[in-house]
Amino acid sequence: MLKSYFVVELLKLLAAGMLLISFAMLATRRIQRLITLFAWQGAILFLSTFLVAHDAGLTELYFSAALTLLLKAVALPLILHRLVRRLDAQRESERLVHIPATMVAGLLLVILAFGLAQPISLLATTIMRHTVGIALAVILLSFLMMITRRKAVSQVIGFLAMENGLFFAATSATYGMPMVIELGIALDLLVAVFILGIFFFQIREQFDSLDLHHLESLKEE
Amino acid sequence: MEILLVLGLPLAGSLALAFLGARRHAPEVNAGFSLATLIAAALLALRVVHNGPLLVWGEQFFVDSFNIFLVALTALVGFTTAVFSRPYMRTEQIHRKFSPRRLRLYHSMYQLFMGAMLMALLTNNMGLLWVAMEAATLSTVLLVSLYKTKASLEAAWKYFILCGVGIAQALFGTILLYFAAARTLGHEGMSALLWTHLYNVRTELEPTVVGLAFTFLLVGYGTKVGLAPLHNWLPDAHSEGPAPVSAVLSGLLLNVALYAVIRAKTLAVGSIGPQLPGRVLMAFGLVSALLGALFLWRQRDIKRLFGYSSIEHMGLITFAFGIGGPIANFAALLHMTVHSLTKSSIFFSAGHAAQTAGTQQMDEIRGLVRVSPALGWGLLLGSLAILGMPPFGVFASEFLILTTAVREYPWATPILLLVLAIAFAGIFSKVQPMAFGENSAPRLTRSPALAPVYVHLAIVLMLGIYIPPVLAGWYHAAAQMIG
Repeated sequence: MLKSYFVVELLKLLAAGMLLISFAMLATRRIQRLITLFAWQGAILFLSTFLVAHDAGLTELYFSAALTLLLKAVALPLILHRLVRRLDAQRESERLVHIPATMVAGLLLVILAFGLAQPISLLATTIMRHTVGIALAVILLSFLMMITRRKAVSQVIGFLAMENGLFFAATSATYGMPMVIELGIALDLLVAVFILGIFFFQIREQFDSLDLHHLESLKEE
Repeated sequence: MEILLVLGLPLAGSLALAFLGARRHAPEVNAGFSLATLIAAALLALRVVHNGPLLVWGEQFFVDSFNIFLVALTALVGFTTAVFSRPYMRTEQIHRKFSPRRLRLYHSMYQLFMGAMLMALLTNNMGLLWVAMEAATLSTVLLVSLYKTKASLEAAWKYFILCGVGIAQALFGTILLYFAAARTLGHEGMSALLWTHLYNVRTELEPTVVGLAFTFLLVGYGTKVGLAPLHNWLPDAHSEGPAPVSAVLSGLLLNVALYAVIRAKTLAVGSIGPQLPGRVLMAFGLVSALLGALFLWRQRDIKRLFGYSSIEHMGLITFAFGIGGPIANFAALLHMTVHSLTKSSIFFSAGHAAQTAGTQQMDEIRGLVRVSPALGWGLLLGSLAILGMPPFGVFASEFLILTTAVREYPWATPILLLVLAIAFAGIFSKVQPMAFGENSAPRLTRSPALAPVYVHLAIVLMLGIYIPPVLAGWYHAAAQMIG
């Protein structure tokens, strides 16, 4: 019982860490720091999944924890770092629209997330049921980040962070999705990053920059 | 066995074409694989006609009256588009729109896209449905940006980001659905993700969670259907990609995404009653139809024009599914079929028209009937069909939707009539000068290959006059099940 209590507290701490990283991502200008934050988010996701797997004794979850560590904490950040280096974009930083306003919007989203997650938390029987709200908040904050960013790489990191939030939600509410589905999702994610890599170079070739304000000509007159 | 062929052939085709690259006969091989898929789909349909619904491979894949006609439709349009794309893409290459090396990517991704859509249609597993839908998006991103122009890159980027975000919402919806179902069906195996199992216990699912799940699934997959206000990617992707890609995006992908929404709706109706899901679908549908029709007026680009027309039609279909009941659902299913066939035929002719004129700007496309009668009439007839002129099939389905609306939701009738009128005037006033306007260009010596256009229009014409009993049977059974 005591052990379980510690696990629950530790999980809450990790969930809080997830949320903090999401806010930090919202306010970070440097692309490389953004990738590092994303890697940390993956590491926390791995730790919490591992703890849940240990507590619930679910072999499947051990696998998905390992998958998270490999893909989200190591492989994707490495790929992104390499990409940024190859694109010579590591020194680039971006101007952000009014950070305090973004933060306030983020806070409102967190409140909304907790409201939405209320019925799910009440029904769930998992050890992490209280963190469904945080998971939803991470999803919404990543969404906000994608809206406020102008650089292609940071939008993609926002997209990947959203995926992290989804994964966290799945572990919190139902001990994760079945293994096959998780493998499918991971494969899709990897392919997405691969395609985006190709894409970055094409954008660069055409526009000499990864800044997306060039990509705003298709509009209704 | 047939299912294995239907799913395996496009994937094998994708690998084979990736290997073949830009060899001389790659386009023929592409069409060949699509033909083989079509034959496999026809065999599957025959089997279903004889033996009824199928449930195979540990219940992971299934065929019922709702997905079988969509599988057949997807395989058919996949084949005709491959046939159309063969001469079309060759001409594009001669015009130096893209380097021959990109043909490898084009063919391989085309087959992968077909495979992903067929997988999404045939799977019984809501999780796999999501994976397949995402794969369908990913395989078309690089197709939209095939020409590597600035505008096409922008369109592809928008397509990827918007649909990516949308599909992430759908994943959350899927997780919630799994969560709701696992309470009744347990975590063991994948039972709680299998649609047939979910359907059996749909009345026992927790209403609050299912309501939330449905909302997320609707917003997520709805983005891919092009429902307003999530439609921004659609006109761009349709106008900037090559014409065959526009044809399959509009004719097939939108249908498959809507199929996913309706599967979710069926479960939601069982759990929380028909009121809320129906109303939400009706609202989304009406807004999309109205917005699509209004934006038709402001278009200058021919493929963009028909992109907005797709938003309008998807809105109408969503509205009909929102009304629910056997008749409205029947109309919606019929409209899915005829819209898919008509719209892809229009994109074939529009592609040829733009290729002949050397521009997609409608102001500069004139006198098609004189320059090439087959092409001009193809575009004109296709436009009349999509505008709901009798005796084409679109008339039948739109008439059914209207009469059901008059009976059940009279307040919606004026809005629907307004949409149809605006769309008619908007499209006709733009297509008429393109077909008959003054043009000094010489008459084309060789007519472009337009067989696919007329095959599609012939089927649409037939469906307006006579629906084969087998197809009508499928529509009826599916309409009953959707509820």
